[in-house]
Amino acid sequence: MSDRDDRISRLLLAQDVAEFLYGEAELLDERRHDEWLALLADDIRYWMPMRRNVKFGEGEREFTRSVTDINWFDEGKDTLARRVKQIQTGIHWAEEPQSRIAHLVTNVQIIEASPSVADAREVSVKCRFLIYRNRVATETDLLVGKREDLLRRENGDWRIARRKIILDQNVLLSKNLTFFF
Amino acid sequence: MGTARTTGYHPGLVDLASGQISREIFVNDEIYAEEQERIFARAWLFVGHASQIPNPGDYVMSGMGEEAVILCRDRAGAVHVFLNSCRHRGMKVCRYDEGNTSVFTCPYHGWSYGTDGRLVGVPYFREAYHSKLDRSRWGLVEVAQMCNYKGAIFATWDAQAPSFPEYLGDFTRYLDLQLDGWDGREGQAELLCGVQKWLVPCNWKFPAENFSGDTYHNISHRSVDLAGIGPSGSSRRDLGERNVSRKLHVCIPDRGHQTILYVMPQGRETPVAYQNAPIVSEYFAHCEAEKRRLLGEGARLIGAPGEIFPNTALLSRQPRTMAVWHPRGPNQTECWRYYFVDKDAPHEVKEFLRDYYIRYSGPAGMTEQDDMENWNYAHAASRGTIARRHPYTYEQGIGTAVRDYEFEGMRVPGDVIDITEIQSSEQPMRNLYRRWAQFMEADDWEQLATWRHNERAAAAE
Repeated sequence: MSDRDDRISRLLLAQDVAEFLYGEAELLDERRHDEWLALLADDIRYWMPMRRNVKFGEGEREFTRSVTDINWFDEGKDTLARRVKQIQTGIHWAEEPQSRIAHLVTNVQIIEASPSVADAREVSVKCRFLIYRNRVATETDLLVGKREDLLRRENGDWRIARRKIILDQNVLLSKNLTFFF
Repeated sequence: MGTARTTGYHPGLVDLASGQISREIFVNDEIYAEEQERIFARAWLFVGHASQIPNPGDYVMSGMGEEAVILCRDRAGAVHVFLNSCRHRGMKVCRYDEGNTSVFTCPYHGWSYGTDGRLVGVPYFREAYHSKLDRSRWGLVEVAQMCNYKGAIFATWDAQAPSFPEYLGDFTRYLDLQLDGWDGREGQAELLCGVQKWLVPCNWKFPAENFSGDTYHNISHRSVDLAGIGPSGSSRRDLGERNVSRKLHVCIPDRGHQTILYVMPQGRETPVAYQNAPIVSEYFAHCEAEKRRLLGEGARLIGAPGEIFPNTALLSRQPRTMAVWHPRGPNQTECWRYYFVDKDAPHEVKEFLRDYYIRYSGPAGMTEQDDMENWNYAHAASRGTIARRHPYTYEQGIGTAVRDYEFEGMRVPGDVIDITEIQSSEQPMRNLYRRWAQFMEADDWEQLATWRHNERAAAAE
């Protein structure tokens, strides 16, 4: 493959992945949660560690660990589906009336594509997010951070197989996490 | 009860006879400022767990009321709680959440302190201080009293406060349920790594009264029951023993501690739980049997949400957690939630419980989320001039508490209301606010240790 072909493949993949992520954000912001759930692989791991202030050079202690530690989130599709179901009861008071939410997804970077960029079956992708939440009258939250996603092709469509959410906060400044990252 | 007052703290704010409590105590700036002095500077407060600092030099950040404190283990292995503020000009001497160190060095002017709190380093000690500064007087400010109770570290700034066991009184057995193993062995609980910390826009007393034993707020959690996040991954959010046991409100009147409590009928085994997870189900069945063997009748007690005055919440069933409601101004609370498992439980059990804890509790917890929404907007809607004129009502069950209740041979000391049939009472909240008013009025611990007055009166007779 020529250098030019290679660059075109990268461009196409980056465009494809970014469009997928923007489309996903659209579903969340439009509260189309069932369609959003359909984008998640059945074996998804959805993980949002907590963050500690640690000394320089002790970076490995900055994040709580998946599986063994307490995290903000660390779960699979079943629990995520229950969260959606809870919102849809119409009596989940923390989301009733529903929040106004906007997901801004940016700095999308393909980190790895396998088996190849031209024929990617799995893609690990990083991005930044800014989530704006406004609810009831004046209640407003801004959550900013990074995401590391693993996307997998299933029957021609991208599915989210892993999502690590790195929120740039120590004490959570929001009273709850009733929404999705 | 000799110490009961019908009207407490600036007459009319806490009126226990009518069960009416003014909204001012939740929203008023001056009352909040007074609370810092009269409650948080005098009461015993939960600081952390010894398992957070296993080795010499280990430390972890914590808080007591509004104060930032360091919980640490010194080089000799002794546990200390220090105010996290340099004696020279007040800078925090440590801003890491945890770590291991031999000294805390202030980044401002360089004073440094040993892990035992002693001032060990003063720049220009000879030149600028002419070697005259009495370093022995300028160590880190240490709490007046500290108690390591089965691994839980509690502390108070007040040297006159009674010892922690005396402060707990008859409430001790409920803290035991939290800290002992599920199989009844002493102090077998350990902390899962990671303390959740988050801000809620409400007064700290909203979560405190909720965890005192509010069984009236089922509507809050109907959505999570419909979504089904029970320990077995479906159905109701909690366990089955509630259906076969007596459900009580237990209040220790002279201490201000209160809890929900389940008492199993005599000779009846705890219902099987976690059927969908065989390893977990087996583990708990084994623990229950061990507990009956070890504790006998004591194994009939099953804990539930409770509150140690003023701001430490217990939940010794599942999800097994403790929380501290740190005051951050009258209108804000910083919640810290700690999660417990049995130290010796198989890792499958720990992981299973951890999953359940995260989806139940904390800011992402599908149950706790709805609580916080209520505290947030109840507080917000109580701040107005007009709103403040109208007290809250805490009338449920006034005058119906039984002193020293007994159920099938199980004696339960305190003021107790059986809520198995009547579902709810507000005795726990009245108990909390009675003690709150006492703290706000009393000048010292001589007045606050009301049980000593009663004991003295009894001895005189």
